[in-house]
Amino acid sequence: MSFVLVQVIVGGLLLGAVYALFSSGLTLVWGMMNIVNFAHGDLVMLGMYVAYVVYTLMGGGPILGAPLATLVLATVGVVVYFALIRDIMKGPMLAQILGTFGLALLLRYSVFWWFGANFLSMPPNIVGGTYAFAGLRVEASRLLAGVVALLVTFGLHLLLTRTSLGSKMLAVAEDATAAQLMGIRPDTMQAIAWAIAAGATGLAGALIANFFYIVPTVGETLGIVAFVTVSLGGFGSVPGALVAGLLIGVIESLSGYLIGAVYKDIVVYLLFLFFLWFRPQGLMGKS
Amino acid sequence: MNLKHVTGLLCAAAMSLAFASGAQAQDKVVKIGVIMPMSGGTASIGAHAKAALDVATDIINNAHPELGSFPLAKNAGLAGLGGAKVEVVIADNQGNPATGQNQALRLITEEKVAAVFGAYQSGITLTSSAIAEKYGVPYLNSESVAANLTERGFKWFFRTTPIATDFAKIYVDFLADIKAQGARTDSVALVHDNTEYGTSVANTIAGAFKEKGQPIALDVAYPVNATDVQGQVLQLKDKKPDVVIMISYTSDAILFAKTMQSLDYKPAVLLADDAGYSDPSFTKAVGKISQGVFNRSSWVVGPSGSPSAIIAGMYKKKSGEDMDDTVARQMQGFFVLAEAIDRAGSTDPAKIQAALKATDLKPDQLMIGYKGVKFDDKGQNILASGAIIQLQDGENYVAVWPKANAEKAPVLPYRGW
Repeated sequence: MSFVLVQVIVGGLLLGAVYALFSSGLTLVWGMMNIVNFAHGDLVMLGMYVAYVVYTLMGGGPILGAPLATLVLATVGVVVYFALIRDIMKGPMLAQILGTFGLALLLRYSVFWWFGANFLSMPPNIVGGTYAFAGLRVEASRLLAGVVALLVTFGLHLLLTRTSLGSKMLAVAEDATAAQLMGIRPDTMQAIAWAIAAGATGLAGALIANFFYIVPTVGETLGIVAFVTVSLGGFGSVPGALVAGLLIGVIESLSGYLIGAVYKDIVVYLLFLFFLWFRPQGLMGKS
Repeated sequence: MNLKHVTGLLCAAAMSLAFASGAQAQDKVVKIGVIMPMSGGTASIGAHAKAALDVATDIINNAHPELGSFPLAKNAGLAGLGGAKVEVVIADNQGNPATGQNQALRLITEEKVAAVFGAYQSGITLTSSAIAEKYGVPYLNSESVAANLTERGFKWFFRTTPIATDFAKIYVDFLADIKAQGARTDSVALVHDNTEYGTSVANTIAGAFKEKGQPIALDVAYPVNATDVQGQVLQLKDKKPDVVIMISYTSDAILFAKTMQSLDYKPAVLLADDAGYSDPSFTKAVGKISQGVFNRSSWVVGPSGSPSAIIAGMYKKKSGEDMDDTVARQMQGFFVLAEAIDRAGSTDPAKIQAALKATDLKPDQLMIGYKGVKFDDKGQNILASGAIIQLQDGENYVAVWPKANAEKAPVLPYRGW
C-alpha cells in the first residue's frame, strides 16, 4: 500500500465526516416529521454566508462564526417551521416538495440578490494551516469540521435517545395525536426539532466555509450529497448518516484516485442502488 | 378590496400596458436575444456579461464622441437603421444545455429577436445555436471555444473568439519558448472537467502536443462542480508532471487552488485555459495562493484615453469589477454583431447574415487584441488571437508572452502561496 493511498483514505474520511455533518439536519427533519427538505443545501449555504459576514464584519475565525451561524440558522429554522412547514405538513407530498423547493429558491436568490453571484472565500489558513505527520497532510479546517461532525452526531444521538426532550420529540414523531393526549405539544416539539436541525446545518455551513468556496448556488452542489448520504444511512437515522457519510467520502476519494474522478459518482450511485435494492431502509434506518 | 376596485385596477393596468406598447412602437428598436448563465454555478459570468452588455448598449444607443472612431460610438443608435436603439433581451440558460435550447426557441419565436448572442458554456452554445440555425436567425458567439462548434456546416453561426486549436498552438509555442530558456516542460498533464468545454479543449490540446511528438503524460478528468478534488491533486503529486494545464470553470478552479495548497502540491509550470482562472472572483478568492499561474487572454488594456481603457473604465463603474478576458471577448462580440446589423440597415435575418459574412474589422476598430474580425465559410473569425498572461503578484494578470506585447518577463517556477 502506497503512502499516497493512506493520504487518500484520510482525506476521504475527513470529507465523509463533513458529509455526515451537513446531512444530520436533513435526516433529523425527516425522522421527526416525514418531510423531505429540498431547501437543506441552501440552509448550508446560508450558514456559510453567516460565517463569511461574521468574518468580514468582526474578523475572527470559526470560534465566532460557527456559534453565530448555529444561532442564526436555528432562528431561521423556527421561523421556517411556523411560516411554512407547519402548514405544508398537513398537505399532500407534492405540497411539501413544492414548498421546500420554493424555500430553496427563495433563500438562494435572496442571497444572490444581496451578495451577487461572485465566488467568495475565507482567507486561507483561517483555522490554522495544515498539519504534516510524517508526510501525511491534514488541513486544520477539515480536521475541525471532522471532529465537530463526530461530536454533533454523538450529541444528537444522545439527545434523541437519552433525554426527556428527545423522548418527547420521538413521541410526536411516532403519533402526534397520542403525544398531545399525553400533554406534549407537537407544535413546540417540531419547532425545536427544526431549530436543532437548522442549527446543525448552519454549523456545518460555517465549518465548510473555512475550506470551500462560498457562492449562492453552492447548496445545489452540496444538497445532492446530503440526500445520497441520508438515503444510504437510512432516513431519520443520525448515526446512519455518519456511517454513510464516512463510507461515501472514502469511496469517492478512493475511486477518484484509483479509477478516475469522472467515474467516482458511478461507484457511489451503484452502491446506492444496491442498497435500495437489498436494504431499502438504508444502513441504519428502521424498516 | 371589493370587485369594483379590482375592476378599476385591472382597467388601469390594461391602459398602462396599451400606452407602453404604443410608445414602444414609435421608437425603432432592434431586439437582440442574449443567452447567458444568470443562475447556477457560473452565474458570476452571467452577471458580469450583463453589466458589459449594459455598457455596450449605452455606447451604441447614446453618443460617445470620446471613443473617437470606435464603431457605433459617435452617434446615438444605429445610423444604418435611422438611429434605431438596440435592446438586449436576456434569457437565463441556468447552466443547462436543454434550458439554453428552450430559451433560444423562446427568444426567436416569442420575443422575435433579430439575432441571438450567447451562450458562454460551449455545451449550451452547441444546443441553442442549433435552434437559431433551424429558424434561420443569425447567432453570434463570442466566448465558447470548443472547436466542433464551427465544424457543423451551419450557415447562421458566427464566432469571434480564438478557439481551442488556436490556443493549443499558443501553449505549444509558449512551452517550447520557456524550455529554450531552461524550464522543464517535457511531461504535460491535462486537468479538465467532463463538460463539452473541458473534454473538447482537452482533446484539441492533447492533439496539438501529440503532433509535436510530445504526447500528454497524464489526463485527469473530473465531474464539473466537484465537491472534492483531493484524489485528482494526489494523482498529479504522484506522477509529477512538469507542466499542468487546467481547463476548469470558476468553482472547480477555486477548489483546485485550495486543495493544491493544503496538499502542498506545486507543479513547475501551472498553465490555465482561461474560463475560471479569468473570473475576477477567482483572483479575489484564491489569487494569493495561485501566484505565478499562467493564463491565456486576448484582453490588454490600452494606454489611458484609448477606447479599450475608456470602455474598461465604464465597465468598472458599472460592475465594480476590473475587465477580464471573458467579459472583453463578450463585449467585443456584441459590438461585431451590432456593427453588422447597422451595416445591414435592416432587421431582416438574411441581410444581417450577409453583413456578418462581409465583416472586415481592423485592429484599431476593436477593443480587444485580435488582429481583426473576418469570418471564414464556417463562421469562424480567422483573425482572432491571444497571448499568455501571468498572475505574478496574486492580484493582477500581466502580459508575459509573446515577447512583442509582453509587459513583464515570465517568472518560473510556479510560486503558489
